[in-house]
Amino acid sequence: MDHLENAPNDPIIVCEDVHKWFDDFHVLKGITTSFQKGEKAVICGPSGSGKSTFIRTLNRLEEHQRGTIIVDGVELSDDLRNINLIRQEVGMVFQQFNLFPHLTNLQNITLGPIRVRKMTKSEAEEIALSLLERVDIVDQAYKYPSEISGGQQQRVAIARALAMEPKIMLFDEPTSALDPEMITEVLDVMRELARSGMTMLVVTHEMGFAREVADRILFFDEGAIVEDAAPANFFDNPQHERTKLFISQTLQH
Amino acid sequence: MKILSWLKDNLFSTWYNTLLTVLALGFVYFLSKGILVWAFTDANWDVIPANLQLFSVGAYPRSEIWRVWVVLYTVCALLGLSGGIWGGLPFRFAIGIGSVGFVCALLPLFEWATRGWIFGNVALLGAFLVLGVNVRGLVSKMRPWILGAWLLSFPWTLIMLRGFGENSVLTTNWGGLLLTLILAAVGIVFCFPLGVLLALGRRSSFPAVKWVSTAYIELVRGVPLITILFMAQIMIPIFMPNVRLDKVLRAMLGITFFSAAYMAENVRGGLQAIPKGQYEAAHALGLNYPLTTLFIILPQALRSVIPAIVGQFIALFKDTSLVTIVGLLDLLGIAKTVIANPDWLGLQAEVYLFVAVIYFVFSYSMSYVSQKIETALGVGKT
Repeated sequence: MDHLENAPNDPIIVCEDVHKWFDDFHVLKGITTSFQKGEKAVICGPSGSGKSTFIRTLNRLEEHQRGTIIVDGVELSDDLRNINLIRQEVGMVFQQFNLFPHLTNLQNITLGPIRVRKMTKSEAEEIALSLLERVDIVDQAYKYPSEISGGQQQRVAIARALAMEPKIMLFDEPTSALDPEMITEVLDVMRELARSGMTMLVVTHEMGFAREVADRILFFDEGAIVEDAAPANFFDNPQHERTKLFISQTLQH
Repeated sequence: MKILSWLKDNLFSTWYNTLLTVLALGFVYFLSKGILVWAFTDANWDVIPANLQLFSVGAYPRSEIWRVWVVLYTVCALLGLSGGIWGGLPFRFAIGIGSVGFVCALLPLFEWATRGWIFGNVALLGAFLVLGVNVRGLVSKMRPWILGAWLLSFPWTLIMLRGFGENSVLTTNWGGLLLTLILAAVGIVFCFPLGVLLALGRRSSFPAVKWVSTAYIELVRGVPLITILFMAQIMIPIFMPNVRLDKVLRAMLGITFFSAAYMAENVRGGLQAIPKGQYEAAHALGLNYPLTTLFIILPQALRSVIPAIVGQFIALFKDTSLVTIVGLLDLLGIAKTVIANPDWLGLQAEVYLFVAVIYFVFSYSMSYVSQKIETALGVGKT
């Protein structure tokens, strides 16, 4: 893990021996890792390996049962105030977009800033429009999510998360529900976001994106991190047998 | 030719369809002939205009009837103002009510004084409609005030109808359509929020809230409305001799608490249809439980169950007729007293038909408005 030695030691997320069970099923088996400010980490692994569950514990959409998670200096516990504080700092983008269908795209974006950040409507709309500009769909502002394509919906979802001005962005398989021709437009937005210096944790199967954008790739298998390396090492010199198999399988297509 | 081919395709395509068509036409012919012949020859419709005041307000004293008009004027003014400010559906609704009133004032159904009052109502409604349209752009944030005014119109109506001092009108004298509408309006307006709270309570993660809500819903749904009305009228005075609640108020409470349980189940159906991702997206934005519920979950949940909710409202409206059993004279109760009057013996058919038409007009109006709301909100579209 030589890349970490070069990074400034200023972790924004620290996980210490994180365990999670779904009833009897041990999903996360002691995850210990940390992420630096501005770091772009791609998390991959076979389905059922716990990678999605892991990033969902980071804003407590899933509770962990053992170990500690500290995000931006605040420990995730049962304290509701802490959770809502952290959720304001951590934006999340979902596989199924999860836009609010009864609100226009613009209202989807302004809701958080108005109700949580207590911005005025005009301030929030100004920010929302500039974000829609940034994700290149400002002309869809007054349509409803059901009236635009999947790729456009996912870009609105990214703008919605960014409107809260988060310090960290979590992406949970953001392109897995998209038709192939729409994947690029979403990945382009994410590349741009990465260049702007955002701290990003991305669960994805897009290995091209990982190689290009990531500072670091974590490979999950059966609830544990089995490989944690810079992209060059990860792809060209994987240490673990399971990783080798995964890479050979994913790079075939 | 088009008609002929349509007839052939749809009504006379095979010998058994032809047979069914002929039989059905014969049935419809004899039934409608019977009804029409009865309605225009045998029926004695004098009973309706002669008792119109009873049907409208029951035993409400004639000298105090101005109170009812004041209430109607208040409602018309509010309706006009809302229609003007909102535009769209409320506007058309106000226009519709105004037109009905105008026609009523023109037709010689009522005595001259009454027609004058009705005409005044229509004029007031029109005036406030125009006022509303004109202030729409001028004053921002009018809508919450109008909603507040609608809420205040409830105590205002009750106080106005009841009055104070020696001229006050005991609620036992309230009756007819007036009583039916008051019971229904109070029931509808208050069972709705109560039902929403119970539905949320039943899905709460706090065991105490959850069990209390569930127990309430299941208990009330397991009991007929009549039983609850009897409990409210007879048992409360026995169990709590020191509590003296007004009889009409007790009926209101009974109807409201009864309907709330059904409302809760309707709303819960809508809540269960909301995908988990909606909660997760709201939480991920840092919205807490009340904000998520208010801005994300309820708007979607309620929209999807509007048909069920309006069905519940219509059922409640018709169920108010059960208060006859505990001695209140609502529209149906008044109908029974009119029939029992020796002057109008043997006129059940006329009276009940008239009452049925009134119930239908109100029920169908609610149904119609709900269909319009559904279209406006795009229910059924994804």
